[in-house]
Amino acid sequence: MENLEEVLKKHKLTMDEYENILKIMGREPNMLEIGIFSSMWSEHCSYKSSKKYLNGFPTKAPWVIQGPGENAGVIDIGDGMAAVFKMESHNHPSFIEPYQGAATGVGGILRDVFTMGARPVANMNALRFGNVTNSDDISKHQRYLVRGVVAGIGDYGNCMGVPTIGGETSFDESYNGNILVNAFTLGLAKTDEIFYGLAEGIGNPVVYVGSKTGRDGLGGAVMASDSFTEENKSLRPTVQVGDPFAEKLLLEACLELFKHDYIVGIQDMGAAGLTSSSFEMAGRSGSGMIMNLDKVPAREENMQPFEFMLSESQERMLICAKKGYEDKVLEIFRKWDLDAEVIGEVTNTGNMELFWHGERVADIPVLPVGEEAPIYDRPVARPAYLDEIANTTIDDFDKVANQEAFEKLFSSVEVADKAWIFEQYDSMVQTNTIKAPGSLDASCIRVKENGKALAMSSDCNPRYNYIDPKGGAAAAVIESGRNVAMTGARPLAITDCLNYGNPETPEIMWQFAEGCYGIKEACAKLTTPVVSGNVSLYNETNGVGIFPTPAIAMVGVNDDANKVLPSSFQNVGASLYLVGDTTSEFGGSLYMKELYGKVEGKLPNIDYDKELALWELIIEANKADVISAAKDVNVGGIAIALAKMSSVSGKGVTCNIDLNDSRDIFSESFSRAIVEVKNEVVFENMAKQLRLSITKIGKVEESGFTCNDVKADLEAMKNSYFNKFQEVIEQDI
Amino acid sequence: MKVSVVVFPGTNCEMDTKYAYEKLNADVELVFHKNETLPNDTDLVVLPGGFSYGDYLRSAAIAKFSPIMKDVIRFANDGGKVLGICNGFQMLLEMGLLEGAMKRNSNVHFISKYHHLRVVNNENDFLQKLNIGDVLNIPIAHGEGNYFIDEKALDELYANNQVLLKYSDENGIDKNPNGSVDSIACICNKNKNVFGLMPHPERAIETLLGSNDGIKMLQGLMEG
Repeated sequence: MENLEEVLKKHKLTMDEYENILKIMGREPNMLEIGIFSSMWSEHCSYKSSKKYLNGFPTKAPWVIQGPGENAGVIDIGDGMAAVFKMESHNHPSFIEPYQGAATGVGGILRDVFTMGARPVANMNALRFGNVTNSDDISKHQRYLVRGVVAGIGDYGNCMGVPTIGGETSFDESYNGNILVNAFTLGLAKTDEIFYGLAEGIGNPVVYVGSKTGRDGLGGAVMASDSFTEENKSLRPTVQVGDPFAEKLLLEACLELFKHDYIVGIQDMGAAGLTSSSFEMAGRSGSGMIMNLDKVPAREENMQPFEFMLSESQERMLICAKKGYEDKVLEIFRKWDLDAEVIGEVTNTGNMELFWHGERVADIPVLPVGEEAPIYDRPVARPAYLDEIANTTIDDFDKVANQEAFEKLFSSVEVADKAWIFEQYDSMVQTNTIKAPGSLDASCIRVKENGKALAMSSDCNPRYNYIDPKGGAAAAVIESGRNVAMTGARPLAITDCLNYGNPETPEIMWQFAEGCYGIKEACAKLTTPVVSGNVSLYNETNGVGIFPTPAIAMVGVNDDANKVLPSSFQNVGASLYLVGDTTSEFGGSLYMKELYGKVEGKLPNIDYDKELALWELIIEANKADVISAAKDVNVGGIAIALAKMSSVSGKGVTCNIDLNDSRDIFSESFSRAIVEVKNEVVFENMAKQLRLSITKIGKVEESGFTCNDVKADLEAMKNSYFNKFQEVIEQDI
Repeated sequence: MKVSVVVFPGTNCEMDTKYAYEKLNADVELVFHKNETLPNDTDLVVLPGGFSYGDYLRSAAIAKFSPIMKDVIRFANDGGKVLGICNGFQMLLEMGLLEGAMKRNSNVHFISKYHHLRVVNNENDFLQKLNIGDVLNIPIAHGEGNYFIDEKALDELYANNQVLLKYSDENGIDKNPNGSVDSIACICNKNKNVFGLMPHPERAIETLLGSNDGIKMLQGLMEG
């Protein structure tokens, strides 16, 4: 091939990979075939850097119906019902074009879930932005990104009629050049009506349904597999444009289709579009496939085969129908005014054969594309910064009075209520939302079909992951589980979205590997397997990588929807207990960051038995009706947890906690909770049985806020808590 | 009692509406917009919330061209009861069955939250089970709920007791989330058989989800 070097560079393929392609093909590939290999072997589609570490994730438990490898994970939630869920990143597109990038991120994850036969019933999102508080151009741009991302997520999810019931946000300079947009969807299906991305049965027709194919998103998967530099800033054309209305029609049509026995399998066209969907569907059965690309509905004239194969136009699905039922399939999609065409059929050749007006333009063996995709064992190196920061403690800095520290922490954007964000999302459509965004800790929906409730929480503390990539990842798992348990639900399984920098840098690869070890350890100890997930690498701009950010979304089940435990104060006069032990833990804390501008120190070890005992206590005490509220203690410590509970409930509090160091009211020791107790004797007994240390620290009041030496006016506190974020984000408008 | 809930492409509150009316023991049928006639035994037509035709062009602008709408207009003109919720309210305005128009919310954002409403007039089927001055807590979820009507027409609405609900705070004092003229949340036509509101009473029928203040409204249209 002429200009081979240039061609490979453009397609981000190495010479070794090209040699392998030659071996697989037995001849020189043409340009279309190179484009297909380039996409399938992109980091985004092949997980070539991460696979080594993803292998060995705990993925099994009696309640797991489908683990990783399908479009989404599936768990059994009882009475013949299953929860189907996954989280996915749309980081690079959202940085380039925040509105469309975020919107299509939501669209993509929704399709991943409903392609499995599930109706999406809840969305969440985990967002990371750079510094939004300053008056400089960087913060101004970040605020623009926040507004665009939130509008994009809202417009897409709202139109789909899927409630966005929760999420999390964090802000740190490390995201100035790479924001993170991780979208989560959970759907419900009957356990015996789950569909898979499978094409098999010789002669079965391959059907294209949904929107027409245009030139948008061409090469998106390859784009998302590189860092941003000065040269590739003008990538906007690689970002797809979303049409939530088309997706809503596609959802309804698919759900109508699933009621019949017309199809073998179905898969959405996400990253790498028609290429990845066709190769993966055929690959799962080892079949071959013929596709006539001239039959694909086109949005623009003069489109070429490679554009059909690599476009990332949204709202499209590929279906393998049962022979003889293709007309029935077409009829359903046309009822919903969607394009639907038979474009090919399953064969026994084991090859993907692509035709263009009768001429064969590509012929690639299917299985080797997946099986022989490169797996890299990239060099790893423990970053030097870890030793430099490990011994930092708050004693290295000037002491700050607790009152001043409290005011600073409580008015930080990280702590402030995010109503400005979540009120732009319809959180109540489908009439299942029991615990809505803003009510602290996990969000909950009821399941009309079986009277249970599902709790879900997305968590990750990037500061912890920076100072301790393994412990930080494990901490994200325990925190998401704790949040779920605080509602009285039993945590069952996680999905993850692993966001890291450039894997070609050994220190970044080390962070990634450690993160995976942390997740493996935590999921194994807690028996909360990983059922789906996504990896996003190359979150790096001009050589500056993000903090390691393994976002974890935990899903749990509460057997009785009427017994969802709130996370804010309920009854004036009720006693408050602190469960767990508080020591001076300020490594990666909000306290150190807000007061001293440092993200340094060490994370404490995780005591999984204690964590599990805490979950057990809350779940069982809630069942026994001896407690009326529970909230975990994390960022900002006891003082901030109490202040949030107070603001959200509009009730006051008086607490006195006996601590070694007066600053420990802001300590971030793991495995703790604040519990409002109805029956103290029974509660104390239950804690004793579980060998948990508990302390009665105070009670709920009509008004006023007192936590040791910190005092605040409730109205002033509410005013700050509920208005701060809007003031920051809208300061330019 | 037969309730016909019309489903347009992009409608997304039809199942919630069906669930709510079935909880109140009504017989509910979902009617696809491509049908040309409503079921014969229809007592009440509900145009539910959502994003009909994606709300492209402007909210509810295209739904009026759906085949079913001729029969909905005939049904309304014959005195049949029609309730438009959120996107359905916007359709009633677009079809001219109710007066006025919708603009984008004054803060140009979609707004989803519980909001209080005050009963302004109860001399109609919809609010007959409520008292003037009652304060209700009902979810709102819309991007274009900024109701507009010119002054003269507004005077007529008041004169004919067509202004039914206003946005308020928990004490019943006017509080305006979206910029609507006079904080208006719900109106009806002169004949008092066509009702439109932006808030979602069908989302407020169970205390488990935060409020059951919508029950009396939905029940109002099941009586008399």
